[in-house]
Order: sequence, then C-alpha cells, then structure tokens
Amino acid sequence: MTKVSMTVNGKSVSGNVEGRTLLSAFLREDLKLTGTHVGCDTSQCGACVVHVNGEAVKACTMLAGEADGADVTTIEGMANDDGSLNAIQQAFQDHHGLQCGFCTPGMVMSAASLLKDNPKPSEGEIREYLEGNICRCTGYHNIVKAIMAASGQDVSAIAAE
Amino acid sequence: MYNFDLERPTRVADAVKLLSDSVESQPLGGGQTLIPTLKQRLASPDRLVSLGAIDEMKGICQDDSGRLCIGGATTHAAVAADGSYPALSAMASHIGDPAVRNRGTIGGSLANNDPAACYPSAVLASNATVVTNAREIAADDYFEGMFSTALDEGEIITEVKFPVPEKANYQKFLQPASRFALVGVFVAKHSDGVRVAVTGASNNGVFRWSEAEAALSSDFSAGALSDLTVSADDMITDLHGSAAYRAHLVKVLTGRAVSAA
Ligand SMILES: Cc1cc2nc3c(=O)[nH]c(=O)nc-3n(C[C@H](O)[C@H](O)[C@H](O)COP(=O)(O)OP(=O)(O)OC[C@H]3O[C@@H](n4cnc5c(N)ncnc54)[C@H](O)[C@@H]3O)c2cc1C
Ligand code: FES
Ligand code: FES
Repeated sequence: MTKVSMTVNGKSVSGNVEGRTLLSAFLREDLKLTGTHVGCDTSQCGACVVHVNGEAVKACTMLAGEADGADVTTIEGMANDDGSLNAIQQAFQDHHGLQCGFCTPGMVMSAASLLKDNPKPSEGEIREYLEGNICRCTGYHNIVKAIMAASGQDVSAIAAE
Repeated sequence: MYNFDLERPTRVADAVKLLSDSVESQPLGGGQTLIPTLKQRLASPDRLVSLGAIDEMKGICQDDSGRLCIGGATTHAAVAADGSYPALSAMASHIGDPAVRNRGTIGGSLANNDPAACYPSAVLASNATVVTNAREIAADDYFEGMFSTALDEGEIITEVKFPVPEKANYQKFLQPASRFALVGVFVAKHSDGVRVAVTGASNNGVFRWSEAEAALSSDFSAGALSDLTVSADDMITDLHGSAAYRAHLVKVLTGRAVSAA
C-alpha cells in the first residue's frame, strides 16, 4: 500500500492505496463519494468522468496513485456554495435531461468542461463533445437541450422530445 | 485486475533503469489502452512505470529543420490544441472522446500500434522519426504489423519528430461504438513526393498504398486515383465490415483526403 494525498472538492484528503486502485474506486470506496458512477469495464461509457487539475478524465481509467497531489472535482463538488444546484444541474432538471440518472454525473462533468472551453457551444459541438458519454435512457435530445440552456442560449426552438 | 506496484519517476533515465531491472515492468502512458487491458487480465506486470510525471517527455516544439517535435508523453489534447501542423492536430482532435484525449499519449498510441489507431497513419504518411531513449527509428522501419513495433523490451518513446508536409489531410471513417477508425487514410504531399498511409484496414496493421503514392506524386488530384483498385486480400473482416468493404473505403477516403488537403 502507498499513501496518496490529493484535494477533492476543495478538501485535502489522503488514503492508502494499492498500485492497481483506480481513482474511481478511491473516490467511491475510500472517500464514499459514490456520485462518480462506474458503468463499464472498457473505458467507453463516461459515467465516471471527473475533473483532474481542471481536465475531464475517466476516473475508471486513471490510477489513484497517478492522482497523487492532484486537484480533483467530482459531481459532489458541483453544487453552489449554498447547496443549491448549479446552472448545469438545474438545467438538467428543468429540461428533463435525465431519466434513471446513471449517466448524469458524467454528463454534468463533461458539460462543465465543455462550457469552460466553449461558453456558447452549438448543438453539433455539444453532441460531438459528449461522444464519450453514453446514455441508455434519454436519447440525448434533452441532455443537449439542457446544456444549451445552461449556457444561456435560447432553446425554445428545439423541440421537446 | 491483478495487483502491481506503481512507480512515478520524474526523469527518463530513472524510468529506463526501472524498466531494465529484474522486476517485470511495463511503461504506463495515459493508460487509455493499458488500464482496460489490465482490467481484462490480458497483461499482468509486477510493476508499472508511469511516464506521466516526466516533464522532459511532454510538450511540442520545432527543431532547426522545421520538424515538429512532440514529447512521447504529450497528450492527444495537447497535439489537437497546437495547430502548427493542422492535419495532425485535426487528427488528434478526433481520437476517441475528450476524456480519452486528456490522458492518452502519442507514445502510448505508437507503442501499442493498434491496427485501427489513428497516429500510426500520421507517422507513416508524414515520414516522421520515432525517438526512443536508445535510438531514432524511421517511420518505415518502425511498424512491424498488428500490435507489433521495432521497440525493444523496456524501450521508451521519448519524442516523435514530424516533417510538416506542404499539404496533408486525414480522413477517418468512424466506427461509432469503439470510436476508433473503421478505416483511416492519411495523405501527405511532401516536396519530394506524396505518401499515403492506411490504418484500420489491413491484417498487417498500418501500410503505405504505393500505387496511390505514385499516381498522386505526378497528379495530386482525387481523379488520379480513378484507375486504381485496392485488393481485399489482406484486409480485415469483422462484424463491422468485410474485407471488400474496407478495400472500397481505402480508395474513397484517399480521394476525400486529397480533395480536402
Ligand atoms: C473509448 C476509447 C476510444 C479510443 N479511440 C481511439 C481512436 O479513435 N483512435 C486512436 O488512435 N486511439 C483511440 N483510443 C486509444 C487511445 O488513443 C490511447 O490513448 C492510446 O492508444 C494509448 O495511449 P496511452 O498513452 O493511453 O498508453 P497506455 O494505455 O498507457 O499504454 C499503451 C501501451 O504502450 C506502452 N507505452 C505507453 N507509453 C509508452 C512510451 N512512451 N514508450 C513506450 N511504450 C509506451 C504501454 O506499456 C502499453 O503497452 C481510444 C481509447 C479509448 C478508451
Ligand atoms: S466507467 Fe465507463 S468509462 Fe469509466
Ligand atoms: S438517464 Fe439513464 S443512462 Fe442516461
């Protein structure tokens, strides 16, 4: 076991991990931050997306030991300081951007990193950016609509699905 | 996943030392191929030597002869953002998805040499040089068939040097489930001739389509390909497409790449 220390959602944390411990396992099992979901074994579904040093990464495809010293943000760190949903989360609720909710943490984390680089993305840009986030429920339309709304764009012309 | 020790050296020399001692070790790049492989227990090294903390292996610069030099641990996202070799950046910007591009590295992609990976075609068409801790390997000598390269055990790709062609373009026919290329063609027009490299199609991994290179070197237009045919003999057949379909795609995509270059 090796000791790792990192900042998660603004707090310093540490723990003892094996070489093979994934960042997703460290977050979920050691820190009990179960908002980061694990939906596959093949690095393809994106349910586990978190931000490491400001960049979207798949927590299931990064070793906890490699995040030693990093600044990590998970879905638990996304709400506003007063505990209310942030703009992206609220837009998912308002526009019915989720059904079962399994993909939602990864969708919100990917959406946040998209909007950081591209504050007013087009519908096409949103769809392309979400290539690595799979949703088995919604058919994606309302997720795309929620992200457009969260970026302050008019979504009245986009049909409700 | 079987357990292993993780080391994070900060210098190439230390990584090479760890990879050559008696513990069975493997380099870890971005982990975007290796970690899924370990999960499936298709590999069981006793130790992973992460290259992610080695700053001298990251970054992009230009050398005196105008070549673009990309550190072996540079991510796809960094290459996508660079833009000084536009066709290469465009190719990198369509590898996998954003999270894969934020971790996956050029060195890992080339060491793995997946038959459907994008980078091998760019390296071969650009006539790039693969630099390791031990030597420099010309692109034509580097790829040795599916998942096989000229790298020796424990040898690390520290840098890749790309001559920037006059014109170039990569066309990727997306396999939407894996997000790899079903077939990809990289065309590069150099001052001394055209190189065409095809990925995703052949059972032998990335290859140069020499007939197209000859035709395009005398007439760089999609029309110059019209009389050529691509044999389906060595092409991959799987549930995504037959050998004949892939052979057809090679010609179509080469034409598109020439028109877009
Ligand atoms: C969902 C998904 C979609 C993808 N889509 C594409 C795609 O469209 N096109 C594409 O080309 N690729 C694609 N990939 C693969 C991706 O580009 C990987 O990043 C890449 O193949 C491996 O690079 P890595 O840095 O992650 O290497 P790792 O996974 O860490 O390592 C791969 C292999 O290379 C060795 N290695 C790593 N770095 C070095 C080095 N510097 N020197 C020597 N050996 C080294 C390792 O020991 C290992 O054997 C995809 C991956 C995923 C998960
Ligand atoms: S759990 Fe599916 S990509 Fe990470
Ligand atoms: S809401 Fe169920 S998987 Fe996306």
